[in-house]
Amino acid sequence: MPGMRKGEVDPLTSGSSRIVWPLILKVLFVGTVIGTAFALTPTLAGQKSWFFLAAIWTIAAILTATYATQRAIPAKYLVPGTLMLALFVVYPILLTGANSFTNLGDGTRSTKEEAVAQIVNASVVQTPDAPRYNLSVGTTGSKTEGPFTFFLVQQETKEAFAGTEEGLEPLDAGSATIEADKVTAVDGYTILTAKELNAVGDPLKEFTVPTDNGAIRQLGISTAFEGTTTLQYDEDADTITDTVSGVVYSPKLSGDREFFTAPDGTRLSDQSWKANVGFANYKKALTDDRIAKDFFKIFVWTVVFATLSVISTFALGLFLAVTLNDSRLRGQKVYRALLIMPYAIPGFISLLLWSSFFNKDFGLVNQLTGLDVNWFQGATTAKIAVLLTNLWMGFPYMFLVCTGALQALSGELKEAAKIDGASGWMGFSKITFPLLLVTVAPLLVATFAFNFNNFTTIYLLTEGGPFTPDNPTAGGTDILISYTIRLAFGAGGQQIGFASAISVLLFLITGLIAAVQFRYTKALEDVN
Amino acid sequence: MSTQTRAKTKTPKAKIPRVRLSPGRWFTEIGWRHLVGVLAVIFALVPISYLVSASLNPLGNVTTTTLIPQTFDLVHFKALFDDPNNPFPRWALNSIIVCMAVVFVQLLFSALGAYAFSRFRFTGRRAGLLSLLLIQMFPQFLAIVALFTMFTSIGEVVPAIGLNTLTGYIIVMCGNSLAQVWLIKGFFDAIPRSLDEAATIDGASHNQVFFRIILPLVTPILATCGLLVFVGALAEFLMASIFLTDTSKKTLATGLYGLIDADKSNNLGIFAAGALLTAIPVMALFLYLQRFIVGGMTAGGVKG
Repeated sequence: MPGMRKGEVDPLTSGSSRIVWPLILKVLFVGTVIGTAFALTPTLAGQKSWFFLAAIWTIAAILTATYATQRAIPAKYLVPGTLMLALFVVYPILLTGANSFTNLGDGTRSTKEEAVAQIVNASVVQTPDAPRYNLSVGTTGSKTEGPFTFFLVQQETKEAFAGTEEGLEPLDAGSATIEADKVTAVDGYTILTAKELNAVGDPLKEFTVPTDNGAIRQLGISTAFEGTTTLQYDEDADTITDTVSGVVYSPKLSGDREFFTAPDGTRLSDQSWKANVGFANYKKALTDDRIAKDFFKIFVWTVVFATLSVISTFALGLFLAVTLNDSRLRGQKVYRALLIMPYAIPGFISLLLWSSFFNKDFGLVNQLTGLDVNWFQGATTAKIAVLLTNLWMGFPYMFLVCTGALQALSGELKEAAKIDGASGWMGFSKITFPLLLVTVAPLLVATFAFNFNNFTTIYLLTEGGPFTPDNPTAGGTDILISYTIRLAFGAGGQQIGFASAISVLLFLITGLIAAVQFRYTKALEDVN
Repeated sequence: MSTQTRAKTKTPKAKIPRVRLSPGRWFTEIGWRHLVGVLAVIFALVPISYLVSASLNPLGNVTTTTLIPQTFDLVHFKALFDDPNNPFPRWALNSIIVCMAVVFVQLLFSALGAYAFSRFRFTGRRAGLLSLLLIQMFPQFLAIVALFTMFTSIGEVVPAIGLNTLTGYIIVMCGNSLAQVWLIKGFFDAIPRSLDEAATIDGASHNQVFFRIILPLVTPILATCGLLVFVGALAEFLMASIFLTDTSKKTLATGLYGLIDADKSNNLGIFAAGALLTAIPVMALFLYLQRFIVGGMTAGGVKG
C-alpha cells in the first residue's frame, strides 16, 4: 500500500509546509465565503431580497462553523453535498408543494400590492395643464437593466428632483451638475445617452415615479410629465374607486383568480395576482370532469408504458444473456461488445434517430417491413413505436445486468440441478431464474421508476402526441410528467400552480414505487 | 475477472465435445445461439448503420438516406464546424464543461460523504443514509417548475448564475451531488479499517487518510462511476432545454435537438454527423471500460 509509507502521511516527519498549506487553503476558503456574502449584501439589501440575504448568510455561517472549527469532523465531509442537496433538490421540492396551493401562472405572478400599483399607475393620464420635466436617466448598475433613477428638472419652476419607483425627492444641488435646465452629471450615477435610452426601451416606458397627485412617467426620450390618476385604492375596503365615474371596483373571483370588477361585471383590468387557493388545484386534477378523465387516461398509460418497458427489455435482455452465456460459443466477447452499443449512445441521439425511423413515407421501419403505417398519426401505433424504441434503448442494459448476474451464480448450483435431473428449461425456470430475479429485482424496480418519469423518451419521440383537435392538452402517448411539463411551460399559458399540484401527485406515486423498492432492497437491513 | 479465468480453464474441456458434435446436434446445442446472436446484433446495429449512412449522404434528407452508406461525403461534418448558425464546437465545449464539472463535483462530494458514512459513527448517521436513499427516489426534474422560478429570481440578483448561463445550469445539476454516496460507500466499506487505523497511529489526520489512502485505492471504480455520470450529464435534455436557450449556450443535447427539430427531414445529415461525433468517443470509452461497467451497474449505478 503506497499510502502506508511513513513519510507520506506522518506530519511529524514532514516539513512544516505540509501543515501550513491546508491552513492557508482553509483561511482562503472561509475568507472567500464570507467575502462573497459581504459583497452581495448591498445589492440584495438594495433590491429588498431579504429572503436571499438570509439564505446567503445562513450558508456562509454553516460553512464557517464547519470549516473554521475543529469540531464535528463528519460534518466537514457531509456539508458540501448536503448543502447542494438541500438548496437544489429539497428546497425546490418544498417550493413545488407550496406553489401547488396557489394559482401561480401567467397573469398571477405579482403580489396583490404590486398588481394594485400596476393597475393604478397604468391609468395615469396626461392632462393639458400637467407639469412637464426635462428628463435625464441615471443608473448605479447596468446601462440596460438598471436600477434606474429619473433626474428631473421642472420646465417652469426649474426645480430639480430625483425620482425612483419609491417616490420623488428634491435633488441635492451640490452633488449634481445642471446645464441648460438638464441634469448632466450626478455623483455615483452614470447618465445614459440618448442612444442608450433608446436601447433600454420598455423598462423606461413603464417606469413610474409616484407623486402626491399622481405619477411621473416618461414622454418621448428626454421629457417626462406628471400625470394624474383617476383611480383611488382604498386599502381598508379593498376597493378601487374611479373618482370620475364614481364606479367602485372590488375583487371578484373568476376561476382560480381574482380581478377588480365593477358591480355590473366589467373588469377594471386583466391583471390578477398570486393567491392561495387551498386544495383547488388537487380538486381540479381529481374531480374536474375533463381533466380527471385526461389524468386517469394518462395515468393508466404511464403505468402500462413503464411496465411494458421493463418487461420487454428484461425479457429480451435475459433471453440473449442466457443464449449467449455458453462457454462453448465462439465470439462471445464480440457479441457482447456489439450488443452494448445502443446503451453507449447518448439517449437523446437514439431517440431523435428513431423518431425519424417512423416517418410514414421514407422512414426505415416502413421501408424494412414493407408496411405503410403512419406511426405517429394514431394513438395505438404511436404507443407501439414508443415501446419499440424504448426496447432498443433498454435491452442492452438488461443484457449486461443479466449476464453479470448469471456469471455470479455458482456453476455448482447448475451442476447440482443437472444431477437432480432438472436440465434445460426446468433447470432454468426452477433454479436459475428465481435466483437471478433476486439479484436483479431492485434494478427492475429502479428501471420502472425511471420509465415512470421518462420525460425525454416521450418528448423527443412524439412530444406526447398525437393530439386530437378537441383535446390539445393531453396527447395519445403523454405520460404524467410530459403532460405536467406542457401544463407548466406550454403554449396555452403557464399554469404553474396546477402543474405543481400534479408534480406533487407524481412525487407521491414515485414515493409509493420507492416504498416497493425499499422492500426489495436489502439496503435497509444493511445500514450499519 | 474470476469468470474469465474460469472460462479459460474450461475451454480445453469444451473443445473435445465440439469435435464430436454432428451438424444437427451442433445446431441445437450451439448453432442456434449464433443465429440469435447475429439477429440481436443486427437489431442493435441497424440504427447505428443508418446513422453513419445519413451522416455521409450529401443530400442529408430522410428520402435519400439508405441503410447502408452509398456515398462518402464529409460535407455535413464540414458544415458542423463552419456554419455559425449551428456552432457544434461551441456546443461540444459547453457539454464538456458541464459534464466535467458535474462529474468532478458529484464524485468529490459523494466520495467525501461516503467517507463520513463509512468511517465515522455519529448521531443521525442512519437517518442520514436512509433519507439520502429516499430523496434520490424523487427525480429532481419533477421540481423543474420551482427550479425555474427559483433561478429566475436568483438571476435578478446574481446574473452570472441565473437562467441561460452555463454556471447556473451546472449548479442545478450539482444538486444531485450525493447521488453516488451509496455506491462509493460500498467500496469504502470493503477497504479494511485496519489500514486507516495504522495510518492514524502513524499520525495521519482524517483528511490525509481520505486523500492519501482511501481515495487512491478506489480510483478505478471512481473512473467507471464517473463515466456513467458523464454520459448521464451529456444526455440530460429536459433541464438544459429550459435553462439554456441561447444558441451559444446550448449543450450537445439541446443543440442537436434544435437542428433536427428545425427541419426533421432535411437536417438529418448534419444531425447524424453531429450525433456520430458525440457518440463515438462515448462508445469507445464504454468498450474500454466494459468490464467495470457491468460491475458498477449491478451495484446500482444507472445511466441517465
